[in-house]
Amino acid sequence: MSTGTPLDEDVAQTTPSPRRSFRRVTKRGGRPPRSSRIKAQQRRALALQIAGGIIVAVGAAMLASSALGVTGPIAITVVAYLGFVAAIALSEFVRSARTVDEIDLTDEGVPAVAKVDEPPVILRAVPDDAPDVPIRRRKVTGADVAEVVVAAVAAAAFAELLRIFLHMQSLVGFAIWWYVAFVAVYFLLARDRSDVETALDRLVTLLVVSTGLLVCAVLMWMIAFIVIKGARFFSWTFFTEDLSKTGPLTPGGGAKHAIIGTLEQVGIATIVVVPIGILTAVYLHEVRGRLATVVRFIVDAMSGLPSIVAGLLVFTVLVQQHGFSGLAGSVALVILMLPTMTRASEEILRTVPNSLREGALALGAPQWRLVQRVVLPTAIAGLMTAMLLAIARAIGETAPMLLTAFGADSTNVNPTRGPQSDLPLFVWKLIRQPNQTDIARAFTGALVLVLLVFILFVSARLVTRHATKKLGRAR
Amino acid sequence: MISGPGELAVMDVDDVPTTPQVHPTTGDRIFRGLSTAAASVSLIIVGATLVFLILRSRPAFRSSGIIDFFTKSVWNPDTGHFGVLGLLEGTLVIAAIAMVIAVPLGVAMALFINEYASPRLRGPLTSTVDLLAALPSLLFGIWGLLALQSHLTPVASFLGHHFSAVPFLRIRLGDGLVQSSFIAGCVVAIMILPIITSVTRDVMAQVPREQCEGALALGGTRWGMIREVILPFARGGIVGASLLGFGRALGETIAVALLISPQIDFNSHIFKTGGASVAAYIAIHFGEAGPLERSGLVAAGLALFLLTLAVNLGARFIVVRKTVK
Repeated sequence: MSTGTPLDEDVAQTTPSPRRSFRRVTKRGGRPPRSSRIKAQQRRALALQIAGGIIVAVGAAMLASSALGVTGPIAITVVAYLGFVAAIALSEFVRSARTVDEIDLTDEGVPAVAKVDEPPVILRAVPDDAPDVPIRRRKVTGADVAEVVVAAVAAAAFAELLRIFLHMQSLVGFAIWWYVAFVAVYFLLARDRSDVETALDRLVTLLVVSTGLLVCAVLMWMIAFIVIKGARFFSWTFFTEDLSKTGPLTPGGGAKHAIIGTLEQVGIATIVVVPIGILTAVYLHEVRGRLATVVRFIVDAMSGLPSIVAGLLVFTVLVQQHGFSGLAGSVALVILMLPTMTRASEEILRTVPNSLREGALALGAPQWRLVQRVVLPTAIAGLMTAMLLAIARAIGETAPMLLTAFGADSTNVNPTRGPQSDLPLFVWKLIRQPNQTDIARAFTGALVLVLLVFILFVSARLVTRHATKKLGRAR
Repeated sequence: MISGPGELAVMDVDDVPTTPQVHPTTGDRIFRGLSTAAASVSLIIVGATLVFLILRSRPAFRSSGIIDFFTKSVWNPDTGHFGVLGLLEGTLVIAAIAMVIAVPLGVAMALFINEYASPRLRGPLTSTVDLLAALPSLLFGIWGLLALQSHLTPVASFLGHHFSAVPFLRIRLGDGLVQSSFIAGCVVAIMILPIITSVTRDVMAQVPREQCEGALALGGTRWGMIREVILPFARGGIVGASLLGFGRALGETIAVALLISPQIDFNSHIFKTGGASVAAYIAIHFGEAGPLERSGLVAAGLALFLLTLAVNLGARFIVVRKTVK
């Protein structure tokens, strides 16, 4: 390394000695003969630094005058100067930090990439939490933090400038421009510190991680919105009264009729769907009859059936002759739940090990005994999960219910005759009313729906976890 | 999960031991008969859907002419003139907007769960996506209408003013920005995100790990590994997942019905008030329609059914062919 020829440098770069503090040869420190390139780079870096400083300074001044109410030329100048100094100091810090290699080799002696490639899997049991993706871990250094801060501040300044010059009124425009500028500055900083490939990697990491955060935030926002709005009207009477005696403006009233309707419709549909779905899955996976290919194709086609079309079908077949009823709603739900149930059940049956089947058959069991005593008991937890998820999906179906159960304001316990309400129809009807009382009721109905779906979802997870533990112990 | 991994890998026939079928016992005969009967329920349902929808839509086809029905945008129950072109166009536009948003997000989310998030976070993140899939569309509609819409109108005005050179994005001062195709598309995008994520994730998980490790061992960055190994491998799966999401977006009813008031004439400016959707139009107008109009609505439903059927089967075909090798 000390000889200074380019070849040695390259060798030193690619084969680091683990014991020694390995310093990356940087643009400033290394490669003595190429002075002109270095000068150009330094000049460019300096220009970038000053330009960034000026932008930050102006942005800070604008921000101070518009957001904090700072007025007067002296105060503004001071703020701008402070902004400039802070920006230069931060970027200086980044520049000084970049001489330290990004992947800190001194710490444990070995880079993290190598750590993942531990002895071959054959020789050594893989720990349970071992990632199946080799992850390149790197320590977060002060320079990384500084980079993010510089990018965030510069982007905020840039967005503030745009906001003022383009007379944007909304914060949303500011946020979009901030994000765009943040991504750009972050990319430029990373490129300046290392090479384009690394910078691209960082850029993509930033985009992917922000997507993950965005999706989680959207889910949180949605659930929080429904819970907060729905909790206001949430009371015991919500479960014990219906809407037959309450007007739109009188307080009180509840969703008893809707809850009864939901329980009946979904209950009937579940009782019908579970055996049919499991038997179809058995047909597809155990019996493997002649129709298996066709049935699989059709189940595929059904799983994409728009829910409103299911409603139309039941309307044309049943409702036109017999009128609206909860039972018609159940039939529509059956059509929608069947593909889900069949698919999931078949999936579960595939996880039953063949050795169990062979054992039973070797003992002379006929196929129906095999399925009844071996396959289904082994798969029972998975089948429960499939059922719970199918219910969770059916419980919020609204569109087909509009054409089948139709909805009502009074309690109708008989599912076979007359319009019946259910929770989705209750919410759908009331949320479009122009008065606050009805909208509050609708939100409470939505809250109950969220709770139901959540309970079903969590219990499905618990059943699965329990089953996997048991299966693990059996092995 | 419902919409995820399982649906795909079906075509490989691993041998399941069965009893020899030469001399089945009586029990076996009953058992096979029962399971065949259960399996034929699905066949009957799809067959009945087609037959009954076609039967019931015949009055509407007869009164307005089958060609006019698909090439005009009119809705006049009194004279019996129906045409769903505008509704179909609107449906496609909303689904397309949803795709533009949901496909990049879905792929990024799949990458995040599979490659970026720490193994400990992977379970909770998968649960989050699955929970998003399990929530009813009605709730998305309510949230979109009362919470998201007021935050999206500034985005719409932002995009509309900055990209006013593009004809269908242009907005003028004073245009209504609520209840637009764009807002409906955004909400539908969130709803189809889970299926795109889970299918993409499933295909990406099948990339041979040795290739990924090889790419990293050669000094590639993580993005380099994703670009050179994972994305080429998963391309077909991503296309299939997008088509599946597209099929869902086409059939989405209640959320769209809450967000826009569907019109017959299709409005090509996606940020402006007014949009069209077959499913939402049926849901809103079916209750108070007369017999002939109901027939027209059933015919519209038939058109939607055939459209989604084609998209879904195409998606299945691509995904299954790409996944199972």
